[in-house]
Amino acid sequence: MAGRTVLERLTWRLARVVATRAETPRFVSLDLEVPGWPGHLPGQHLDVRLTAEDGYQAQRSYSIASAPAGERVAITVERLDDGEVSPYLAGDLRAGDLLELRGPIGGYFVWEPSLGGPLLLVAGGSGVVPLLAMARHRAATGSQVPTRLLYSSRSAADALARDELDRLARTDGSGFAVTHTFTREQPPGWTGYRRRIDPAMLEEVGWPPAARPLAYVCGPTRMVEAVATTLVELGHDPVRVRTERFGPTGG
Amino acid sequence: MRLPEAALVSGFISRGFRGRRRLPEDLAGRVPPGQYVEPGFPVLSAGPTPRIDLAEWRFRVAGLVARPQAWTWEEIRALPPSTFTGDIHCVTKWTKLDTTFTGVSVDTLLDAAEPLPEASHAVASSYGGYTTNLPLDDLSGGKAWVVWEFDGAPLAPEHGGPARLLVPHLYFWKSAKWVMGLRLLDHDAPGFWESLGYHNHGDPWLEERYWSD
Repeated sequence: MAGRTVLERLTWRLARVVATRAETPRFVSLDLEVPGWPGHLPGQHLDVRLTAEDGYQAQRSYSIASAPAGERVAITVERLDDGEVSPYLAGDLRAGDLLELRGPIGGYFVWEPSLGGPLLLVAGGSGVVPLLAMARHRAATGSQVPTRLLYSSRSAADALARDELDRLARTDGSGFAVTHTFTREQPPGWTGYRRRIDPAMLEEVGWPPAARPLAYVCGPTRMVEAVATTLVELGHDPVRVRTERFGPTGG
Repeated sequence: MRLPEAALVSGFISRGFRGRRRLPEDLAGRVPPGQYVEPGFPVLSAGPTPRIDLAEWRFRVAGLVARPQAWTWEEIRALPPSTFTGDIHCVTKWTKLDTTFTGVSVDTLLDAAEPLPEASHAVASSYGGYTTNLPLDDLSGGKAWVVWEFDGAPLAPEHGGPARLLVPHLYFWKSAKWVMGLRLLDHDAPGFWESLGYHNHGDPWLEERYWSD
């Protein structure tokens, strides 16, 4: 599992911005071409380094949003108004610009078809990004691993890749299901969940413990703490619950 | 269009980037390269926070020691207390200044266990299965603690409570949460993150983040 992370030296590389895409009012995706990119596993992240004219530098980590695809890598960045790096990535970068990065990084919060399932993916806000990479890789490889994604967003407009996820879920025989909960604002006629992820929701949407799902939970700290604790209390094996916690801690 | 490898490009400038978080002069010497100052205390863990019964809790020092030890919660808290005040650095780029942790010096624990002369390294292990490795030199000489208080209050479970290792001169993944023991070895044995691409030693001032740094 960690093989690819330990084979390649983590050197800084110059990536070219191929395209920028506004996903939602707060999220921008950057499609990058990274010469020499060694490939990645869904769930891994990369480090970005910005350098000002006077030599001042700032580094941050971003989850990779795309499935492995040669030297192409996409990241999806949430613009944090008081941040230092995310406003640049999400607001200043244009197609054709260059960006220094290195990776891939992280060998635990990763999934590939050989790890099996069934999969339970639980996302809060921007925490969906590494899980999108898993869902995209699963679809791209034709994996039949039964997968359920539970995704909490403030509103439908804040939900990343909503159409894409719905399309994956509608594909006959794909074994992929997505459940949204919109915590602050719901679209007209919405009959789905409208509250934060709680034990009842995890029981209804998730797999029974007897199915021994592999769970990946990513989002803000409080949400990840609550979901991971609940899964263990429901009877899931703690070693099959993998967590990644992030949120606006400085972006 | 093929781009040159970054290593061959000197003086790369990020077009239009000016930087908003330049450090004041008095802090410049306290923040390692590539880090930024974070006022909060982010939580990063690979799995669920384990539930630990204090009645069952033990801290053991085992392996290459003359007198293997196992302290209960009451026993370890009766040892001479020691407080660390200073800065901590996470490999995910945040540095938190002026933290205060209270517990016991690892020196006190090692003194009781009497490491054998051939002991050179240790593996810290945790409730929940986490491990991390350190040279004994990084655990002794007033550089490491087992702590149960943060800023005067009991250490919260998500931050490693009831007790965590504290090795503030290394990246914070070495400060194992939910720690339950040290095993002394005559060789190095990479732990959890050290086996998953992170640096074996983790000195933030040398920016030892990943295995090849």
